[in-house]
Amino acid sequence: MNLEEYKGVYVFAQQVDNEISSIAFELLGKAKDLAKDLNTEVTAVLIGSGIKGLADQLAEYGADKVIVVDDPELKEYRTEPYAHALSSVINKYKPEIMLVGATAIGRDLGPRVSARVATGLTADCTVLEIGDFPLQATPGQEQLHNQLLMTRPAFGGNTIATIACPYNRPQMATVRAGVMQKITPIKGAKANVEEFNPGFTPDNKYVEILDIVKSVAETVDIMDAKILVSGGRGVGSPENFKILEDLAEVLGGTVSCSRAVVDSGWKPKDLQVGQTGKTVRPNVYFAIGISGAIQHVAGMEESDIIVAINKDADAPIFDVADYGVVGDLNKIVPKLTEALKAEIAAAKA
Amino acid sequence: MDFTLSKEHEMARALFREFAEKEVKPLAQEVDETEVFPRETVEKMAKLGFLGIPVPKEYGGQGCDPLTYAMCVEELSKVCGTTGVIVSAHTSLCCDPIMTYGTEEQKQKYLVPLAKGEKLGAFGLTEPGAGTDAQGQQTKAVLDGDEWVLNGSKCFITNGKEADVYVIFAITGTVEKRGRLQKEISAFIVEKGTPGFTFGTKEKKMGIRGSSTYELIFTDCRIPKDNMLGQQGKGFNIAMHTLDGGRIGIASQALGLAEGALENTVAYVKERKQFGRAIGAFQNTQFQLADMATKVEAAQLLVYKAAMAKATQKVYSVEAAKAKLYAAEVAMEVTTKAVQLHGGYGYIREYDVERMMRDAKITEIYEGTSEVQRMVISGALLK
Amino acid sequence: MKIVVCVKQVPDTAGGVKFNPDGTLDRGAMLTIMNPDDKAGLEAALRLKDQYGAEVTVVTMGLPKAEEVLREAMAMGADKGVLVTDRVLGGADTWATSTTLAGAIRNLEYDLIITGRQAIDGDTAQVGPQISEHLDIPVISYAQDIKIEGDSVVVERQYEDRYHVVKAKMPCLITALSELNEPRYMTPGGIFDAYRQEITVWGRADLKDVDDANLGLKGSPTKIAKASDKVRKGAGEKVSLDPDESVSYIVDKLKIKHVI
Repeated sequence: MNLEEYKGVYVFAQQVDNEISSIAFELLGKAKDLAKDLNTEVTAVLIGSGIKGLADQLAEYGADKVIVVDDPELKEYRTEPYAHALSSVINKYKPEIMLVGATAIGRDLGPRVSARVATGLTADCTVLEIGDFPLQATPGQEQLHNQLLMTRPAFGGNTIATIACPYNRPQMATVRAGVMQKITPIKGAKANVEEFNPGFTPDNKYVEILDIVKSVAETVDIMDAKILVSGGRGVGSPENFKILEDLAEVLGGTVSCSRAVVDSGWKPKDLQVGQTGKTVRPNVYFAIGISGAIQHVAGMEESDIIVAINKDADAPIFDVADYGVVGDLNKIVPKLTEALKAEIAAAKA
Repeated sequence: MDFTLSKEHEMARALFREFAEKEVKPLAQEVDETEVFPRETVEKMAKLGFLGIPVPKEYGGQGCDPLTYAMCVEELSKVCGTTGVIVSAHTSLCCDPIMTYGTEEQKQKYLVPLAKGEKLGAFGLTEPGAGTDAQGQQTKAVLDGDEWVLNGSKCFITNGKEADVYVIFAITGTVEKRGRLQKEISAFIVEKGTPGFTFGTKEKKMGIRGSSTYELIFTDCRIPKDNMLGQQGKGFNIAMHTLDGGRIGIASQALGLAEGALENTVAYVKERKQFGRAIGAFQNTQFQLADMATKVEAAQLLVYKAAMAKATQKVYSVEAAKAKLYAAEVAMEVTTKAVQLHGGYGYIREYDVERMMRDAKITEIYEGTSEVQRMVISGALLK
Repeated sequence: MKIVVCVKQVPDTAGGVKFNPDGTLDRGAMLTIMNPDDKAGLEAALRLKDQYGAEVTVVTMGLPKAEEVLREAMAMGADKGVLVTDRVLGGADTWATSTTLAGAIRNLEYDLIITGRQAIDGDTAQVGPQISEHLDIPVISYAQDIKIEGDSVVVERQYEDRYHVVKAKMPCLITALSELNEPRYMTPGGIFDAYRQEITVWGRADLKDVDDANLGLKGSPTKIAKASDKVRKGAGEKVSLDPDESVSYIVDKLKIKHVI
């Protein structure tokens, strides 16, 4: 393998139902940074059926070039034709870096493709940067420059590792959704669009899709929620949970509560966090008007980020909170909801 | 002498612990509060073979040794004393005597479904006037043609109304011993639903409140002649030998309660703060915990030794008595200290140690009080 | 039908992560368990065995101690266990691991291979699909339901907002989610039986059609540049501000953490 032949930062631009997934734009945002460091271009690989028209959108989000693999076999995601498409692109175009979203599609496609093109793949990355491998110059080992350094959590988030793929190309990573920043779209941007069809011949690896069942949104189990807005006795009344629900809605989160709230009959038991309730580990846990008894903390201390709002400065919840705010939840929470609404609207615009 | 458990035993313990944590612990408070027999848990245990652990495979059991069985009762009792005693009474007091004394027909008919957990077992020896003094029996069995006719009552019977198969003791005559007339006691297998076999009042207990403790009443209850267990007149021996095994079960229950209370307390003192420090940082707490842990381990060694003795010795009365005496007293002491270290919270039902302390008390009383165990132990010393 | 199930022994991160006094992970103090997704895969295989009749062979790669998960699998009802262990296989990344397991599986007969979606220590979800690529068979990841229809499997394949009902000809590889089922417990007698059975132990020499260049640490294309244990979470910041300042404070923090 001549590593020098491999050039450019490539992104698998995932689309579902001919709509580009948000992760594709996030990856393009990151790819642009990496391409700048490497002084190269960003290429999006768009795979599907009847999807040529989506190329412009990718350009607006930072793709310099779009390779389109368009074939009727690619209408719905299936491992084999997609793996064939992407690995054929890799073999033909020889990218230096290939980024794939760590989605239910990407985490299936990525490993299959990496095995086919015989390179390494780092899963579920949260940080990507260009640097040296080894990080520090080591006697007796050549220090390679301009390597993709892929950082990822492991052990259920208890450890962090930075991985490189120094002797194989492309350097492949799946990237966790929601971590990388999209760029502000450049209206009217155009990319160099190139069509490529490696040919698709169904064999035993082509599975048959018998049915597609789209799930209707149902109430989220608090154990699966990425954002929890949890209220305690300090919320004051069942009616007042409205302000928590508003906050949760803005963030796409779910409301949960402490035991005191369940005992008071304000909320059902399946929303209770704590030793006698459920153990949760969302990305963000808002503890609002919750004092933080041990029994409660045991059920939420593993959350990635804990934000606590409580008027009692000595409340034990502040011992586990990353960001503690001493104050009146009735004054803070509604304003917070409004502020976040404005932020999110601004980010979308 | 090697104190390490085999890998098989370690894995069995992991199984019992996982089952106890996932299936039993979540119900322990409710079982205590509502005094409702945990039928679903018993069904789950039946499916996994927990109701026939020491019974050979050819009789539907798991074919494991008494130590594996003791560890099962121990781990269940760590989270729920009620569940522990259900398994203990069923296995030690019903499966075991049928396995030891039953005919092949009795084993096929009763032991197989008991070991598979399709049926639950109980044991009826105690009577209102005959507790520690088992010779004070009043229940009588009279042979009438091909049937024994039972009259009398039994009290404080564990698994009372929930069981399907009962090992019952009754007077079948008198014998002369050293010039004095003594009651001749025999053992019987009685099925639930036999006409004349009814239940009296349900006992309201201090602890193990989910276990179904009932009075059994026999009024002209006719059972087939073939349902006599062992030889006629050997009932007292059967009862005493059965209780030797039963004591290992209760010792395991006591051990589990002590261990559960200790684990809860260790977790609590790390979290609970007073005077700005975790109470585990105070030397008084540390010394109390040290004593508790030492006694718990000593109890465990005695219990495991007795279980191994049952596997390898014909007679293990003294080992069983020592295990039960010590484990029961340690259970009472450790659970009491656990409540004390929890302070006010320890007195509140929401905290498991409150229940454990109530559950522990019975282990000093049933299947031979601590005083009886001392009699057994000293009797062997002074023989 | 012959089913091969791949399992991994992992530290029990869910059952209480232990830390050293300096805040690093105390791996030695953590219990090891059968990886939850793998256990669901095993349960799925055992259910197929109950339903259709099958021989279930469990394969693991790891240190000799990993024999424990094979015993556990057999105590649950698996028929055979294969332990792939060799010093030269140590330090493998997913590429080298999948190459190794594929090399072992080539020695076995199989209609179906079931792996867990991902292991809780690595969380990569890569080994299953990579094995299928090495063996040149179809893969269906993220299975939430598995049925057999003649010489095919019909699987509900989960995505974020939908599932596909997918049919594939066997032999085929399926990756299972822990949500797939509630794995059965072992039985006490099953445990003692499992320890009486022989386990097949294979080393490097027993792997079929694999190149040394693709094995172990040396054969792993990905290299660890840096690994660190996340320091245990303690008290963070605490501020006392007026409501408007409080709101800006929280919004800023959420931005820094990319929540919004």
